[in-house]
Amino acid sequence: MGIIKEFKIQSKDFVHAGEGSMDIRNTLKSLDLDADVIQRVSICAYEAEMNVVMHGGDGIISMSQDETGVVIEVMDGGPGIDDINLALTEGYTTAGVEVQQMGFGAGMGLPNIVRNSDYFKIYSEKKKGTYLVMCFWFNNRIGNECRGRLFTLWDNHKYNEVV
Amino acid sequence: MKLSDVKMILKAEVISGDDGLDIEVKGGAASDLMSDLLNKSKEGGLLLTGLTSIHAINTAVIGGMVAVVFVRGKKPDRAIVSLASKHKMPILSTRFNMYQSCGRLYGKGLKSIEWNS
Repeated sequence: MGIIKEFKIQSKDFVHAGEGSMDIRNTLKSLDLDADVIQRVSICAYEAEMNVVMHGGDGIISMSQDETGVVIEVMDGGPGIDDINLALTEGYTTAGVEVQQMGFGAGMGLPNIVRNSDYFKIYSEKKKGTYLVMCFWFNNRIGNECRGRLFTLWDNHKYNEVV
Repeated sequence: MKLSDVKMILKAEVISGDDGLDIEVKGGAASDLMSDLLNKSKEGGLLLTGLTSIHAINTAVIGGMVAVVFVRGKKPDRAIVSLASKHKMPILSTRFNMYQSCGRLYGKGLKSIEWNS
């Protein structure tokens, strides 16, 4: 059985933003896992966490790890994404000035997640929230599906109860 | 190139992480937009930025970078210095602007960490 961790994400809390991702990174490093996977997980977790801080309501980020790979799930109770295809386009952003002054809102968050994960899925409902799942495989990408994986965040909280 | 070479080339002041000047820097990356830096891993890279917020340090750590240089003489506040120390991330400040800093380092052989060219 692998490791499962969960962290709360506070909307608009830019001071503590990224702490969940840092903890995930440190946990994976302490396990001495493949450096490329740790690097890609860190980037995706951080981008997803920052997205919740910037755009979402409060949320949760979770990490589960076993011998096949790492799964990151992020769920928030924010406004949802109007047009997911647009949000996945490099350079497209709805971020305000405050966020951009902190170096974010470049419209690269979701594209970076897509680029650095082996599997990525996003669900969003207006005025309810957004759920993301990202998988990272050891041993050079054994497949492109998360079939049979335990999605802890999804299973523990149920989309409709949280978002 | 060693971080001590970077310090010399940029006539930079070491804000914190004096003991890390011996570290090897594999290449450079420069931006004020953090997500532009997180397109992929920057393992072993040097970050040049004009952004003095904790997210510059977070981004460097998450991206696998080994040191941060603040350009245009910018000095980070105590919270940033303390976060950088926690992550053992040396931080420097140079009076050169971003363009000059990149040019000086590139001219001395420090290529882009992303494209390695």
